[in-house]
Amino acid sequence: MEEKKAVVNGELLEDEEIYMSSQWELVWKRFKKHRLAMIAVGVLAVIYILSIFCGFFSPYDPHNYDKGYMNAPPQRARFFDEGEFNLRPFVYGYQSTRDPETFRETFTIDKSKKYPIYFFYRGDTYKFLGFFETDIHLFGVKEGKIFLMGADPMGRDLFSRILYGARISTSIGFVGVFLSFTLGITLGGISGYYGGWIDMLIQRTIEFLKSIPDIPLWMGLGAALPSDWGVIQVYFAITLILSLKGWTGMAREVRSKFMSLKEEDFVMSAELIGASKFRIILHHMLPSFLSHIIASLSLAIPRMILGETSLSFLGLGIRPPAISWGSLLQSAQKVRVISMAPWLLLPGIFVIITVLAFNFLGDGLRDAADPYS
Amino acid sequence: MVPTILVLSIVVFVIIQLPPGDWLTSYVAGMRAAGDEVSPERIDILRERYGFDQPMHVKYFKWITGIFRGDFGFSFSWNKPVGELIWSRMGLTLLVSISTLIFTWIVSFAIGLYSATHQYSIGDYLATFIGFIGLATPNFMLALILMYLSFEFFGYSISGLFSYEYANAPWSIAKLIDLLKHLWIPIIVSGTAGTAGLIRILRANLLDELGKPYVVTAKTKGVSNLKILFKYPVRIALIPFISTVGWTFASLISGSVITAIVLNLPTAGPMLLQALKTQDMYLAGSFIFFLSILTVIGTLVSDILLAIVDPRIRYK
Repeated sequence: MEEKKAVVNGELLEDEEIYMSSQWELVWKRFKKHRLAMIAVGVLAVIYILSIFCGFFSPYDPHNYDKGYMNAPPQRARFFDEGEFNLRPFVYGYQSTRDPETFRETFTIDKSKKYPIYFFYRGDTYKFLGFFETDIHLFGVKEGKIFLMGADPMGRDLFSRILYGARISTSIGFVGVFLSFTLGITLGGISGYYGGWIDMLIQRTIEFLKSIPDIPLWMGLGAALPSDWGVIQVYFAITLILSLKGWTGMAREVRSKFMSLKEEDFVMSAELIGASKFRIILHHMLPSFLSHIIASLSLAIPRMILGETSLSFLGLGIRPPAISWGSLLQSAQKVRVISMAPWLLLPGIFVIITVLAFNFLGDGLRDAADPYS
Repeated sequence: MVPTILVLSIVVFVIIQLPPGDWLTSYVAGMRAAGDEVSPERIDILRERYGFDQPMHVKYFKWITGIFRGDFGFSFSWNKPVGELIWSRMGLTLLVSISTLIFTWIVSFAIGLYSATHQYSIGDYLATFIGFIGLATPNFMLALILMYLSFEFFGYSISGLFSYEYANAPWSIAKLIDLLKHLWIPIIVSGTAGTAGLIRILRANLLDELGKPYVVTAKTKGVSNLKILFKYPVRIALIPFISTVGWTFASLISGSVITAIVLNLPTAGPMLLQALKTQDMYLAGSFIFFLSILTVIGTLVSDILLAIVDPRIRYK
C-alpha cells in the first residue's frame, strides 16, 4: 500500500482515491507500473493489427510466386542512393547469377536498378477483412520486386506470407484458449462447487490427461485428421487438439478457488438471503477470481501458439494452402537450406516475439490480479 | 497407476485407429503412385494376414494381450516386429531425457541461487532475460539456430547422436565418448525451457525464504551467510525441484520428440513421426504408449521422492 497522506481541504488524495476505486481500477493501476507488461501490450497490439489487416500491409498476395526470385535475399528500403537523398524510399534490384557447377542461383544487389516504393499502391486483389474486394496495399513497387524479408524457395514474398501466417498463428491461441476457458471454468466450477463423486471423476480425468505427453498426443491426433479436410475444418480440429489438455490447468485453478471461496462469509450470506446457486456462482464468486483467470489465460495463449507452430512445423498441423508461422518454418528444416537462406527462420523470430510479449503480459496481469494484497 | 496405464492403452489405440483407412490403403496407394498395380486378391490376403478386417475391440484385445507377452505387434513399413525396433530408440530417449533433467537441475540450481542472492544485479537481470528467451523459443527453433550457427562457423552439421563410423558399431569406450560429444546439443536444446522455468521458481521461493524472520534471527546471532543459506532456505526452496520433476520429465520427453526430429537423433521422435505418416499403427501406438508410461512413472517417482524429502507430506 502507498504511504498515507494527510487530507487537505477535503480534497480527494491518493490514499482516499485508492479506497474508493473499484477493483478493476486498482488492477489497472498496478498493471501500469509493470513496464515490461505495458511494452508487451504495445507489441501485441501491433502484431494483431498487422495480422487483422494482413492484406493491406503486405505488398503481395501470399501465393503469388515468381520462379525468377527463388530464395532471393531481403532488400532494404533506402532513402540514400550513393549519398544522394531521395524523398521517396526505394529498393535496389537484384542481379542474379547462376553457378555453372551447382546451378544454384545467387543474388547480388544491382545498384543500377532503382525501384521507387509507392504508398497506397494498387496491386494484387485481396478481400479486406474477408468482406469486400480491394487492391490497395500500404506499399508496393511498380517495376521489379520488393522483398523486405526475402523470398521463399518458391519465389514468394516472405513478408506477405508472415503477415498472412500471423492471422492463423495468433488467432489459434485465442480460439483455443476460449475453448479451454469454457471447458475449464465449467468443469472446474462443477468440481469445486459440488464436490463428491463428480469431483472425483473430473479430477481423475484431469490427472489422466496430464499423464499423456503433449507432443506425441498432438502428433497422433494431428496425423489422424483426414487429408481431404478443408482449411477451416483443419483449423478448428487443431484448436480442439490443442485445447484437449489446455483446459485441465484452468479447471484445477477454478476448482481450488471455488473450494476456498465456498467458505467465505459473503457466499454464506448470499445463500441465506436465498440467492440461487447459479446467481451465487455468477455474481458473487466469479468476479472475485476473474482477474486470476484472465492472468492465467494470457499465459495459456503462448503455449497454444507454440503448440500450433510445432505441429505445423512437423507437417501435422495447418496445411498448405493455409499459412501459419509453423508451416512457413517447414521450408527451413534442413541446415543446407538455412545456410543458403537464413531469412527463412524469420517466422520463428515472430513466434518468439509474440510468445515473449504474452508471457510479459501474463506476468504483469498476475502481479496486478490481486490488488488487495 | 495400473488403471491409468490400462485407460492409456485404450486411448492410444483409439488415436492410432482414428485415421480413415489403414496402413494397407496407404501402401496400395503408394504402389499405385509408383505405377504398380496390386491385385484385389493380394490385398485380401494381406488384409487377412495382418488382421485389418477384424473389428476394433478384437484388434485391441490382441494388441494388449500381446504386450503382456512382450509382443508389440508388427511394423508393416519396416517389416519387422515392433519390439525389435523400439527398444534401442526408447533407451536412447530415456538417456537423453535423464541427462537433460540432470543438466536442467544443475544449471537452474546454480543460476537460481545466484539470481536470488544477487537480486537486481546485472547477473540477475541477465539470467531473467535468458530465462524468458528460453521459455519463448520453441525447441525446434533453438535446434535449427544451433545447427545453422555451427554449420556457418565451424563448418559441420551437429545432427545425430553418433558419428557415421559409430552409428551401427557395437558399444565400446570410443562409441561412448563419441556419444558424449554429440549428446550436449540435444541436452541444451530440450533443456532450456525447463531450466528457465525452474530458475524462476527457485528464485521466487528462495527470495520468500530469505525474507523470513528465522533468517534474520540467524543473521543477528552471527551465523555466516553461506551457512544460513544452505542450512535452511535452500533446502526448502529445493522442494519444487522434486515436486515438479514429474511434469518436467513429462515435458522433457514430449519436447525431446520434436528436438530429435529436427536433429535427426536415433531416438523415438523421428521414427514416431514416420510411423504416424505411413499409418504404421502398431509402431506409432507402441511409441506413444511407452512415452506415456515413462511420464506416468516420472510422476510416481516424483511423488515418492517428495515424501522422502519433505517430512510434512510423510506425516499427513
